[in-house]
Amino acid sequence: MHHRTFAQIEIRYFYLLLAFGLAVVLAGLVAAQQMEAHGHIISGMNNQVVWGLPHVFAIFMIVSASGVLNVASVGSVFGRHVYKARAPLAGLLSLALLAGGLMVLMLDLGRPDRVIVAITNYNPTSVFAWNVLLYSGLFATVGLYLWTLMDRTMGGWSKPAGLLVFVWRIILTTGTGLIFAFLVARQAYASALLPPLFIIMSFTWGLAIFLIVQFAMFSWNELQLNPAIQKRLKNLLGLFVVSVLYLVATYHLTNLYFSRQVAFERFILTQGGFYTGLFWGGYVVLGSIVPLLLIFMPGLGQARCVLLASLLVLLGAFSLLYVFIIGGQAFPLLIVPGYTVHSSFGDGQLASYAPTVFEWALGAGGLGVAFVIVTVGVRILNFLPHDDPRQLMEGN
Amino acid sequence: MSCNHDQQRRQFLSRGAALTAAVSIAPGLMLYDFARARPPGEAANPAVRWGMLIDTTQCESGCDACVSACNKENGLSGRTLPTDSQWIRKLELQQEDTGRKISMPMMCQHCAEPPCVDVCPTGASFKRADGIVLVDKHRCIGCRYCMMACPYKARSFVHEPVTDHSGATPRGQGTVESCTLCVHRVDQGVAPACVEACAREGHQAILFGNLNDPKSAIAQRIRSVASVKLRADLNLDPGISFVGI
Ligand code: SF4
Ligand code: SF4
Repeated sequence: MHHRTFAQIEIRYFYLLLAFGLAVVLAGLVAAQQMEAHGHIISGMNNQVVWGLPHVFAIFMIVSASGVLNVASVGSVFGRHVYKARAPLAGLLSLALLAGGLMVLMLDLGRPDRVIVAITNYNPTSVFAWNVLLYSGLFATVGLYLWTLMDRTMGGWSKPAGLLVFVWRIILTTGTGLIFAFLVARQAYASALLPPLFIIMSFTWGLAIFLIVQFAMFSWNELQLNPAIQKRLKNLLGLFVVSVLYLVATYHLTNLYFSRQVAFERFILTQGGFYTGLFWGGYVVLGSIVPLLLIFMPGLGQARCVLLASLLVLLGAFSLLYVFIIGGQAFPLLIVPGYTVHSSFGDGQLASYAPTVFEWALGAGGLGVAFVIVTVGVRILNFLPHDDPRQLMEGN
Repeated sequence: MSCNHDQQRRQFLSRGAALTAAVSIAPGLMLYDFARARPPGEAANPAVRWGMLIDTTQCESGCDACVSACNKENGLSGRTLPTDSQWIRKLELQQEDTGRKISMPMMCQHCAEPPCVDVCPTGASFKRADGIVLVDKHRCIGCRYCMMACPYKARSFVHEPVTDHSGATPRGQGTVESCTLCVHRVDQGVAPACVEACAREGHQAILFGNLNDPKSAIAQRIRSVASVKLRADLNLDPGISFVGI
């Protein structure tokens, strides 16, 4: 009985979700238009914190776009059935997140109208410019990969295409990490650990997003995920969360003991007020430890626990990126070592930054784009992971 | 013929301007080697490297003549909100162990290996053959990556529509800008506005000239006094050196 009723109203739910997504996108576009008309003065950004909340959203989405493919790559490259059944959905999520992230990045430019200049006047020494190529390449390779997966006549090509995507996204995430790692003068960023950290973060966040969407799709279709698969995916998430924690700890320890960025580390880890709180409370406790408990505690680890864990992992992701991107800029540059400094330009001072509603709207607009693409995609094409019980038995 | 004549006249005029500037500056101090003005359209001279030597012992705390002159020259508002452009600013420093106080101007260091140029995706940030680092206002997309990369916080982002067009350099909302070393003056054979203003105040803390010319006042001075470049550990080879830090 219930089943039929849901089928009847399902289409309405779909349009409701779509309308919600489009409204969020619209809000983002309006915010961007306002920012172009009035200038970035209506944002919280300034000459010290030059990349604000929109960059947190954009980098979150771009990093996750690469990581969510992990599910697909493991499937095609290593030929595991469980993952293979998930590859199309992972591919769709990746394209959607990349589109959302790039939209935010582009609309946050001072002159978004000139974005084409980035292609016509290409500076080959710029990591940013490399990333433009890497992002467009990811669209192409993932598109190709999806085609090989969804068109039966192309089946034989899915393995090489999967390999191509695998290699491409590792390079892409390295490139994203390098955007920061090349900023030699900034205490927060000049670290060779950033590319590997970004790669492992991408695995974690991508998988968390995948698990959330998969949960939603299975619930929507009133299906239950096979417990063996559930266990495998959640263990993988737990492993990734631990790995990120490990690398984040190493990053801070090398900053402290190797690069001697003691003042900066003191700021982030103990005296940075909001940033310190966000790091420990948002990232470490809520974003890592609690999810680990939800995943591994005896008696926990069921579907709902994993969903909650995944959501918390994403909260942790935003906290970590916020501390990394904004906190990293708020800390003043060391221009004349050995001196305390004052000036009219905020030298030697911690910069203050508070995002405005326009930045929130723009960032959320990017998520909205991803949401709309996924909602429409799963509706018109068959992206639901189909697990073949026989293969499951053999495969494991 | 008349074209040629015009050119000669222009050259004469700009040389005249250079001469006036030199005369108006404190006597005995050669602030600028007046090699020649650069005719419009001619490429910057790769044999030249423009630079500055800032003598912090001559710079007076609280004096901001250089800053005001820069603001006036380039049409900057002079406001100092975190969102306002400041191409040059005064740093008030205090040595941590001795407590010694220093005051000095800070601006784009016109690095020979400028990270802002390396990271700029569009090539809008560029270095001229004579070492001056500039932003092409028509090419800059406002990504602010150069601001992230600059170790000296030398760059400003134009956060608001530009209403004051009185400055010598074009400015535009949504693009990044910084000290141009008064390229428009230098090309006319005139010293940058800050240099002139400092001398006018009688401080003579900024010496400007061609670092590549061994006979120039700046090159000679650099040979004879101890000077440092800021964050020399980064190996960016800035064109600005400091005495007394
Ligand atoms: S000081 Fe900054 S803006 Fe100037 S050339 Fe060096 S890196 Fe570029
Ligand atoms: S803000 Fe402009 S000058 Fe700076 S890196 Fe971006 S495009 Fe280049």
